[in-house]
Amino acid sequence: MGLLLVSLLLFAACGGKTEEKKDGFNVERQKQESTTSNPEAETDRVKASELVDLKNKGVGGITKVELPTEIDQAMAAEGEAIFKQYCMACHRVGKKFIGPAPNGILKRRSPEWIMNMILHPEQMVKEDPIAKDLLIEFNGSPMANQGLSEEQARAILEYFRTLEE
Amino acid sequence: MKKIIYSSAVMLCSLILFLSCGDRDSENKGALASSAAEKVYVAPGEYDEFYAFISGGFSGQLSVYGIPSGRLFKVIPVFSQDAEKAWGYNEETKPMLQTSHGFVPWDDSHHPDISQTNGELDGRYVFINGNNTPRIAKIDLSVFETTEIIEIPNCAGNHSSAFVTENTEYVVAGTRFSVPIPQADISIKDYKGNFKGSLSFISVDPEDGGMDLSFQILMPGFDYDLAHPGRGASHGWMFFSTYNSEEASTLLEVNASQNDKDFIAAVNWKKAEEYIKEGKFTTMPANYAHNVYDEHTHTATSTMKKEVRVLDGSLPGLVYLLPTPKSPHGCDVDPTGEYIVGNGKLSADLTVHSFKKMISAIENEQFDGEAYGIPILKFEEVLAGTVKQAGLGPLHTEFDGKGNGYTTFFISSEVVKWKVGSWEVLDRQPCYYSVGHLMIPGGNSRKPFGKYVVAMNKITKDRYLPTGPEVTQSAQLYDITGEKMELLLDFPTIGEPHYAAGIPAELITERSRKIFNLTENKHKYAATTDADVKVVRDGKEVHVYMTMIRSHFNPDNIEGIKVGDKVYFHVTNLEQDYDVPHGISMIGANTSELLIMPGQTETFVWEPKQVGVWPFYCTDFCSALHQEMQGYVRVSPETSNLELSWGLGD
Repeated sequence: MGLLLVSLLLFAACGGKTEEKKDGFNVERQKQESTTSNPEAETDRVKASELVDLKNKGVGGITKVELPTEIDQAMAAEGEAIFKQYCMACHRVGKKFIGPAPNGILKRRSPEWIMNMILHPEQMVKEDPIAKDLLIEFNGSPMANQGLSEEQARAILEYFRTLEE
Repeated sequence: MKKIIYSSAVMLCSLILFLSCGDRDSENKGALASSAAEKVYVAPGEYDEFYAFISGGFSGQLSVYGIPSGRLFKVIPVFSQDAEKAWGYNEETKPMLQTSHGFVPWDDSHHPDISQTNGELDGRYVFINGNNTPRIAKIDLSVFETTEIIEIPNCAGNHSSAFVTENTEYVVAGTRFSVPIPQADISIKDYKGNFKGSLSFISVDPEDGGMDLSFQILMPGFDYDLAHPGRGASHGWMFFSTYNSEEASTLLEVNASQNDKDFIAAVNWKKAEEYIKEGKFTTMPANYAHNVYDEHTHTATSTMKKEVRVLDGSLPGLVYLLPTPKSPHGCDVDPTGEYIVGNGKLSADLTVHSFKKMISAIENEQFDGEAYGIPILKFEEVLAGTVKQAGLGPLHTEFDGKGNGYTTFFISSEVVKWKVGSWEVLDRQPCYYSVGHLMIPGGNSRKPFGKYVVAMNKITKDRYLPTGPEVTQSAQLYDITGEKMELLLDFPTIGEPHYAAGIPAELITERSRKIFNLTENKHKYAATTDADVKVVRDGKEVHVYMTMIRSHFNPDNIEGIKVGDKVYFHVTNLEQDYDVPHGISMIGANTSELLIMPGQTETFVWEPKQVGVWPFYCTDFCSALHQEMQGYVRVSPETSNLELSWGLGD
């Protein structure tokens, strides 16, 4: 702790413009990454948020969801309202925020997985491998259980179908 | 204080005498036996069988314990500010502590009583009285929060309170300290005949529980000490114990103990309702606060009420006085409603009156005189029996529903079990030390749950590790399922408990709320979605409509605040999951933190005095990223032209 304080003081004393400080940090971090990790392994591994797995249905009780070809626009509108009320604090359309953006989620996950994640996040991050990886990828920020009903979760799913990738 | 020291000394002496008799070991064996430990052990993750709502005494609050474990679950703020929960600090709950004397941040909370239906506990509400600045509070047991407080006008020392009638038609209040009614600038020496007592009946709405001061009965200037309702056959009556029938105004320790008998006042409140209907009341000007917390706006409002209906206690058939030796304290009614027990605190005996005999004495006009126009019934004609030489200084009685009464004796420091009807003493167990109140769950209702008695002791002395001159208050738990009572456990309590109310847990747990629904949040400044987030300036007032969820505030960066502004942080917790409150506090704010439940909105005010960039943060550990839950407010000089701006993650 004492050492840290001393080095902090030294650093502050040396510091010129704030811009330069920022650069200094960046350079150091990049250096560390290149020396400690294997670049090849990094590129091989797909991020949990980008991984495509349409077979995994997740855990929590939702085992079968039928999606008709036509999107139910009324249900989607309802889902949008619920999403804005309960989810938007962490999930933004078209933008990675606290959690991933919902755009294109149906290309990567099964409808059952999505509903299980909405309805049973605690169980999912404990037992589902993708959910576990997502928790790590998003800095351990837990997916909040917003106490939604199955109907509400289904409406949100319908809304997700309307989102552009 | 001197008195306490003196009485402690006396007590200690008698205790030493008592100990020297060599009885302690055998009487105390219960606690040493391993079975006592098993009886109070609630394994990790298991639940207690009963809730005990134990008065917080001079802390002004109400504590919630599990029985038999003696574990403390919650201290519900009632009459005193509580910085932990922002009670009386946040903008929403400040009105709850308003009175005709202005904002009063403390009281002396005394007697909790659980609402009843058909004379049985129904687990909807707990009522508790503030003794000092007369008030009655209602705690809603679906949320374990104080949701209503009504001030009692024409009252001083609201002690004989807050007891409910058989169907919670009324909760009562009574003056312990008689005063001029209406208040007047007169000599204290003119007490006799000029000072009056009042007994208040506060109606409780059967649907929403709303309280309303329905009427008051003006009474002679005695001290109205405790009360309990009639039940069964005696439903419709309320019984109040009195002392100081001498009407002394100085050195009461001596002067209020002159009469051989004081009274239990039997009030026929159904008769009072008739008189009200017939218009036989006077409307007195008054000024008292009625404070209501709304569950949907999450906000309290305080209204000053301006009049009260008053009945004269001498109206025919309204009140009768039952002579009772000797300065009776507790006034307790057995589960059948037939027996009214007067615990004459300066006596060795318990006096038990019969309701049937009382009715017959009234019908046959067996009067011994009157006090200010109120008939005094003949003692022998109402007496059911006496529990003789049961101990020294009886205070309070509860019942087990199996035909037994349990009475505390302060001076001889014990609980005594006696048989209702034969009045014989069955068992006695010592208390450590100087027991005041006692409680059996439902022990003052038609249906007691006679498994345990909790004794609340006035003196603790050497029962726990010393903590300097001030030691914890102490309660003791006894098993009363056998013929002999068995001491199981000591546990500490807060303040100085005056009475408690116990109830089987299952009568409450089913209705216990887990969250507040965001869609039902009608708070004026709520931001129930992130789309509602904004910062609005109105002259020097700035309103921040803020949200919180694991683990960030929105906004978390605010600029354009100036020295001299009054900044209202209206913070809504967007969580909808059980047990995920968040807190917030701001450096230098002259108030407490907020602790906001899921779906709730609360507000604190910050008046920045110094230019700079000042942080705020979440005070309640909420997730692995709790330490990251923080934000900044930039404060510019008063003359700055910087426009308001705010953001999150921009």
